[in-house]
Amino acid sequence: MSPYEAILLTIITASTPLLLAAIGELVVERSGVLNLGIEGMMVMGAVCGFAAAHVTGSAWLGVIAATFAGIATSLLFGLLTQTLMTNQVATGLAITLLGLGLSGLIGSGFVGLPGVKLANVSIPWLSDLPYVGRLIFGQDPLVYVSIALTAAVAYTLNHTRMGLIIRAVGQNHASAHALGYRVVAVRYACIAFGGATSGLAGAYLSLVYTPQWIENMTAGRGWIALALVVFSTWLPGRLAAGAYLFGGVWILGLYAQGMGVGIPSQLLSSLPYVATILALVIISTNRRLSLINTPASLGQGFVPDR
Amino acid sequence: MNKLRKQLELNVQLILEKRPQSSGLMNLFSPLLAIVLTVVVGGLIFAAMGKPPLTALYLYFIDPLTSWWSVEEVLVKAGPLVLIGVGLAVCFKANVWNIGAEGQLTVGALMGAIIPILWGEWQSPFALVAMLCLGALGGALFALIPAWLKTHFGVNEILTSLMLVYIAQLLLDWFVRGPWKDPNGYNFPKSVSFEGWHLLPMWGDGRMHFGLVVSLVAALVLFWIMRHTLKGFEINVVGSAPRAGAFAGFSQTKMVWFCFALSGGLAGLAGLIEVAGPIGQLQPQISPNYGFTAIIVAFLGRLNPLGVIFAGILLAISYIGGEGIQIELGISSKITQMFQGMLLFFILMCDTLILYRLKWISTKPNQSTTGHAS
Repeated sequence: MSPYEAILLTIITASTPLLLAAIGELVVERSGVLNLGIEGMMVMGAVCGFAAAHVTGSAWLGVIAATFAGIATSLLFGLLTQTLMTNQVATGLAITLLGLGLSGLIGSGFVGLPGVKLANVSIPWLSDLPYVGRLIFGQDPLVYVSIALTAAVAYTLNHTRMGLIIRAVGQNHASAHALGYRVVAVRYACIAFGGATSGLAGAYLSLVYTPQWIENMTAGRGWIALALVVFSTWLPGRLAAGAYLFGGVWILGLYAQGMGVGIPSQLLSSLPYVATILALVIISTNRRLSLINTPASLGQGFVPDR
Repeated sequence: MNKLRKQLELNVQLILEKRPQSSGLMNLFSPLLAIVLTVVVGGLIFAAMGKPPLTALYLYFIDPLTSWWSVEEVLVKAGPLVLIGVGLAVCFKANVWNIGAEGQLTVGALMGAIIPILWGEWQSPFALVAMLCLGALGGALFALIPAWLKTHFGVNEILTSLMLVYIAQLLLDWFVRGPWKDPNGYNFPKSVSFEGWHLLPMWGDGRMHFGLVVSLVAALVLFWIMRHTLKGFEINVVGSAPRAGAFAGFSQTKMVWFCFALSGGLAGLAGLIEVAGPIGQLQPQISPNYGFTAIIVAFLGRLNPLGVIFAGILLAISYIGGEGIQIELGISSKITQMFQGMLLFFILMCDTLILYRLKWISTKPNQSTTGHAS
């Protein structure tokens, strides 16, 4: 395998959890809900996925467990913000803190245990093609899932009735309600979808990226995913581009450290966070670009009047 | 068959009804209710883990208060929580979301440590005063980065302030492993130990320190500001009714700067107090997530500086209780973070009852509004 192939492969591995978490949050925000709890849902997915895979020995059961852990955590968020009308920002923070604590508790018995790695796809002949074989036909299955999900979300939001309803609910919940759409139900569904993809993103970390359980192993990726959604101006295509860009920055830092460049490792480790801030500044400076797709009801609760 | 099923169906439904005015009673009781819920659910979790729930709860919440030694420890932990929590309470009241207090704490500690590390020979009470000022200044300046990005570029302050936490921690890591590493420290990632006037006055068994006074004074001063000054009124108006605030001539931009400078300064001060008090030197880890726990403190304290004092003490108990339970029952100390998250969760849930009341409504089509309030 040539070095450029190896670098591209690691970039894809670093980008996929960001893309998975962010594509779910994009749908959530398009329906007008701001869920800051991605980090918490992700880390719950990571620990539950690892635990299930370790106990059963099957990585796929781990992936399924992680998805459900993400959904369960997100429904807690839904219960509070949609039914009990709590502040979405504060509730998202609560989900993150709760997730980090609970995952640490669940995972305390799993620290240092060997994990189960999700096997890469291998298609006879195709995966062995020179240059592009490993890259296109030999990734782990979740990479294809993340790309398929992105395409599905893009298509659904722009070309289907369901997408229209989600966008309507996010743009103006009062009008959507007046038209007879069940605003709260739509939002619950979107929140659960966001939870599922965040859980998958967590599973990716503990079953593919580093197949073991490390406390707080999400390392701020949930927050970077949130920033990516803003950066993408709520468009799935740009989101995917952004995710790979950020994965690239992440890997750039790691490679530079490995080659022993005379730059402090801490500076290189801080690159993804600095890049996030810069990206947010660049995108926010362009008001027209950032406002054109911003869901108008983002972060506002909706109490249907009876 | 169908008819029978119809009769069995519940004819009432529980809904939320907006109260005409927020309930003063629930305002007081919702934190208590949240604590009760946390204790009950916590007991259930202990039971599910196969530990005796009552013993575990006793060890967690009561035992830390049964000996003077652990009460001192509780107060030492409550100090930074209250100091950061009051600043955040003002922020959140004004609807400004600074969640990067952990980073501001770190930079405050770094700035304040300039004096003992670079001017170690300057020993006078003024050195300590200068350290306190530098700590607050460092935290405030670091907090002004998200404020500036917010007011000049419209960047969401939640994301930027959080990203800066990671950057600040890496900065501290670099300093203690690089330029500020103690040359005689056997290569441990630690700075020189602070000495003499570079440490806060201590008393008691040598753990209680001057920082606790600072926390108490800060809480009382902010209580007075919020209650009796125009600035306090402005914070309340801008936070609860931004449009009304704009008509009154209160500037949203200035409010963002003010809130970040205040809460960042207090967090920086808390960081300096930690390194010049209980820790006594710089090291890679200077805070057990005080900056994030203080968010819970602010909410549990009802965003009221006096409430924050009590909330800070309660959360400090949760730290000490978590350590105790780890020793006595062998439960991971991660339970602390879970309890804290759960507490914030239940507070938010119970706060719903301040603005809404639960009401049973009839879902029978022929009876309209004969439900009774509960």
